[in-house]
Amino acid sequence: MYSEKVMDHFTNPRNVGEMADADGVGTEGNPVCGDMMKIFIKVKDDKITEAKFQTFGCGAAIAVSSIVTEMAQGLTLDEALKITKASLAEALDGLPPQKMHCSNLGADALRKAIEDYKSKQGK
Amino acid sequence: MKKIYMDHVATNPLHPEVLDAMMPYFKEEYGNPLSLYEAGMNARNAIENARESTASLIHAKSREIIFTASGAESNNFALKGIAYALQNKGKHLIVSKMEHHSVLNTARFLEKQGFAVTYLPLDKYGLVNPADVEKAITDETILISIIHASPEIGTIQPINEIGQIARGKGILMHTDSVSSVGNIPVDVDSLNVDLMSFAAHQFYGPKGAGALYIKEGTRVVPLIYGGIQENGRRAGTENVPAIVGMGKAAELATRDLQKRIDHVKPFRDSIIEHALNIENLFLTGHSEQRLPGHASFIVDFIEGEAMLMLLAGKGIACASGSACSSRALKASPVLISIGIPAHQAQGSVVFTIGEDTSQEDIDYFNETFQAVIKRLREISPFTKGWEGTEDSACTVKK
Repeated sequence: MYSEKVMDHFTNPRNVGEMADADGVGTEGNPVCGDMMKIFIKVKDDKITEAKFQTFGCGAAIAVSSIVTEMAQGLTLDEALKITKASLAEALDGLPPQKMHCSNLGADALRKAIEDYKSKQGK
Repeated sequence: MKKIYMDHVATNPLHPEVLDAMMPYFKEEYGNPLSLYEAGMNARNAIENARESTASLIHAKSREIIFTASGAESNNFALKGIAYALQNKGKHLIVSKMEHHSVLNTARFLEKQGFAVTYLPLDKYGLVNPADVEKAITDETILISIIHASPEIGTIQPINEIGQIARGKGILMHTDSVSSVGNIPVDVDSLNVDLMSFAAHQFYGPKGAGALYIKEGTRVVPLIYGGIQENGRRAGTENVPAIVGMGKAAELATRDLQKRIDHVKPFRDSIIEHALNIENLFLTGHSEQRLPGHASFIVDFIEGEAMLMLLAGKGIACASGSACSSRALKASPVLISIGIPAHQAQGSVVFTIGEDTSQEDIDYFNETFQAVIKRLREISPFTKGWEGTEDSACTVKK
C-alpha cells in the first residue's frame, strides 16, 4: 500500500517532538477526521533553521509530517511556502490516492506555522 | 520475522484436513451432481453428506440447509427472500445498527423498493435491548434480522430472547451468525430463529462457501433463478469442492468447539488484562457476553491505521475500525452507534485469535502492543487529553 519511502518516514520519523521556544506554530486537520498535524519552526534571517512536528494520524500523515520538516529546514520562508501536497507526495515516492487529501496536511500546517511567525513579527 | 495472525474475524486459514477432504473433488470427482451416472452420484452424495455435517453444527435438519457462496449471499437471500415472499402480509423489517453491510445495504435496497426498515439502537456495550424490538414491531412487520455477534466489538446479542419475542408475535426471525457459528455453541432451536446465515471460512473452511438455514415450512423467494439445485431455492451448478470443505470444517468444528474455546479464551483474557494496564485505553463491546477469541480496544491519542501498520511491521496482523484504515475512509458505524465520539473511534484496534495462537505469540503481542502505543504517543500532539477537540462530524471532503 505504501512506498518504501513512506514506510521509512513512518517507522523512523525525523524531527518528532514539541518545540518549547518555537518562532511559529501551525496546526492543520482535526482528530475527528483521523489526522491532525502540528508543525513548529525556528526562523533566523528569514530562513527556517529548525522544524519539528507532532502528529495524530495514520502512517501517511506521520510520513508527510516527517518529510515536510526535513524539506523545510534550510529553506527561506518564500521557498518553504512553495512546498505543496504534490511536492510532498512526490518526495515520498507517491501516496495512495485516498490519502492524498485527508492525510497530506504537511504543506498547510507549514504555511500556518510561517503565517504564525510572520504575524508574531508584525510583518 | 515472527508472523502472528490476529485477524481471525476477517478469515481463517484452511484446516489441512479440510483441504484433504476437498482435493478429490478438484481432481478425479469432477462430476455434475445432477448427472445420473456414477460421477454425478458421487458428487451428489458428497454434497448431501456435507449438508448433514453443516446442519449438525447448528442443530438443524439437513433439508433446512441451503448452500450459498458466502455469508453476504446468505444475508441477501434471507432479507430479500422473506421480504418478497411476505410483502402481501406487510412491508416492515427490523434490523439493528450492528448489522454487517450485507444486511444493511440489502435493507436500504428494500427501502427503495417500498419496504420500511427500523434500525434499532445499541447500548454502550453494543447490545440490542429486546424491549426496543418489542416496541418497534407493528402490524406490518414481517422480519426481524439481528446479527448474532459483532466482528468489530465481539458483543454477542441476546438472540434467543429477541427470537422469543418474534415467535410470540408470529414474525420471522433471521440472524447473521457469520461471526459466531464455529466459535461459540449455536443451536437454531434454542435461539428461536427461522433463518440463519453463516460462512465456512469463519471456522477453517474454504472461502466461497456459505449457508442459509431456513426452518422447515418457511417460504422464501429465490435469489438466483434457474435449475433445481438446492431444491430450486438456489440455482447454479454446485461448487462441490467448496461445499465438501464446508461440511468437513463443520464436522471438525462440531468435534473441537469446546477445545477451541478453551484454547482461545485464556489468551483473550490475557490480552485484555495486559491492555487495560495501559492508560487511556478501554475495551469496546461487552466484557462477558463476547466472542471467546475477540479483544477490541480504543486507544486514546493515536490512530488505528498507524497502530495496525506498526504492528504489521512487527509481524502482527490485526484490524481497526478507524476511518483511515477503511477503504471508504469512514469510522466504523458500530463504534459511533455505541456512543464513542468520532475522534476516539479513530483509535480503534481489533485482535482476534484462533487455533494456531500460542502462549509465546500472546507474550510477544502483549509486549509489542504496549511498545507500539508508546511509540505513537511520543509522536502525538495529545498526551493527557483531547485539548481543543469537539465531537462533531468530520467535514473534510474525502
